[in-house]
Amino acid sequence: MAKELMKGNEAVAEAAIRAGVTAYFGYPITPQTELLEYMSRRMPELGRVFVQAESELAAINMVYGAACTGRRVMSSSSSPGVSLMMEGVSYIAGTELPVVLVDVMRGGPGLGNIAPGQGDYNQIVHGGGHGEYRAIVLAPGSVQESVDLTVLAFDLAEKYRSIVVVLSDGSIGQMMEPCELPPMQPLKTKFPDWAVTGSEGRDRRFLSSINLDPAAQERMNFRVMRRWQEIEANEVRYKEYYMEDARFVVIGFGSTGRVALSAVRAARAEGIPVGLIRPVTLNPFPTKAIAQAAQQAEVMLVVEMNNGQMLEDVMLAADGNAMVEFYGRMGGVFMLPEEVLSEICRIAAGGLSTEGHPRDRWLNRSAQKK
Amino acid sequence: MQTEIITAGFGGQGVLFTGQLLTYAAMDEGREVTWIPSYGPEMRGGTANCTVVISDEEIGSPMVSDPQAVIAMNLPSLDKYEGKVRPGGVLVVNESMVDRAVSRQDIKVVMVKANEIAEELGDKRMMNMVLLGALIANLPVIPLQAIEKALAGHLPERHHKMLPKNYEALKRGAAHLAQ
Repeated sequence: MAKELMKGNEAVAEAAIRAGVTAYFGYPITPQTELLEYMSRRMPELGRVFVQAESELAAINMVYGAACTGRRVMSSSSSPGVSLMMEGVSYIAGTELPVVLVDVMRGGPGLGNIAPGQGDYNQIVHGGGHGEYRAIVLAPGSVQESVDLTVLAFDLAEKYRSIVVVLSDGSIGQMMEPCELPPMQPLKTKFPDWAVTGSEGRDRRFLSSINLDPAAQERMNFRVMRRWQEIEANEVRYKEYYMEDARFVVIGFGSTGRVALSAVRAARAEGIPVGLIRPVTLNPFPTKAIAQAAQQAEVMLVVEMNNGQMLEDVMLAADGNAMVEFYGRMGGVFMLPEEVLSEICRIAAGGLSTEGHPRDRWLNRSAQKK
Repeated sequence: MQTEIITAGFGGQGVLFTGQLLTYAAMDEGREVTWIPSYGPEMRGGTANCTVVISDEEIGSPMVSDPQAVIAMNLPSLDKYEGKVRPGGVLVVNESMVDRAVSRQDIKVVMVKANEIAEELGDKRMMNMVLLGALIANLPVIPLQAIEKALAGHLPERHHKMLPKNYEALKRGAAHLAQ
């Protein structure tokens, strides 16, 4: 099939359309707006639902309502807008509804700026909304992966009655790359037995996140957590590069993962035995793969465009079997390959201090540089 | 093999389109390619740039600090990128928009009076095609024919009457070879 040159944001939108999204609700925010703009044109063309809501809060609650019908529905936003959605996200999780949400992360905290960032990792991967729920989190590193993971997001959301977040960032949203789009799927005509579709001739169905009986609520929590165990067993995805003989392993996700790939290649050219693991599912996290790499590696270098958030998950997975180091950029500053290369060279040179937390060692090093 | 090219200039000079055209040409040639713009709260007349990476394998970083080639369409872009071109690389400068020479000795410098050439051809907006022609003639990353094919293949039909003039602009630019 012929490849098309598409912007990451638009590719996500077209992929969602081809995956059969029936309704999109959103509110514009840079660097995500092309996604909404594309939907505003294409969805009415196809006779589907596009609503530009009055706020992100409204958008996510429209998603909540529409998801109750068992149709494929989604929203998208960028960091500050996603924060506004968090109440609705928890309600959706509490109602066990399949929903796809796209977060095109930008620099923060606060209003921050519109440059790419990865500071929403903890919010998206480890919660965000109140109460206990897990979201499946997919982190694309290219436009093609943005397409593939958006389609996968709808499938996983339905399979596990779960929220699935596609966690992109401003660089992947704004870049153009050739991509192959999937075939157009027909809209669903059969809906699951929990969906509210009109109760004529059958008992009514009731969807809500309110559960005033703690014991019943706990049964729901157990059910969801057992489902999560299934997700952990079946849905972990990651990519490995140059790992066969790697004594040093770089770990980065999304755009930072591909920046690290350039650095790893440059380091290999200098004869340094370094490999790369790029987690594609951030939740469930590729804990086993990283634990295994920690057996093989002397040092693992975590790189992120945040203050060391995935770092904690890598440290738990490594479980002390390999030394863990960290390098980060914050506030929307894009990491460049030579920064990662110089970290790899520093680590390969040996003589590293193991004193304190990797984040503190990184902060101390960056203070010395200034 | 990987080649990185930055195009930079004022908004409205066709900075982003020049990069996109290169990207389409690379895609049609079956190469791996990434195009990424600088984006920000920018306005018409402000500065703009984009980075194109063309490769034969999965592309790592979409941005680089030491590109192999730069097209500088105005003075601020020359000031910003002259020091960044990788040694041995190519710097194409729109001579019509700068008031100084290039001091680097370790790169190929191509000075092109692109505004004047475009005006001679009857449309000053083709300045970017002149510069792209000059780049392609000095950087063997993609054949000029591939750029022409990409123009015909991806430009909306309503602009196709402009194709011959664009081809001419590319050729006029390509006549500039670095010393």
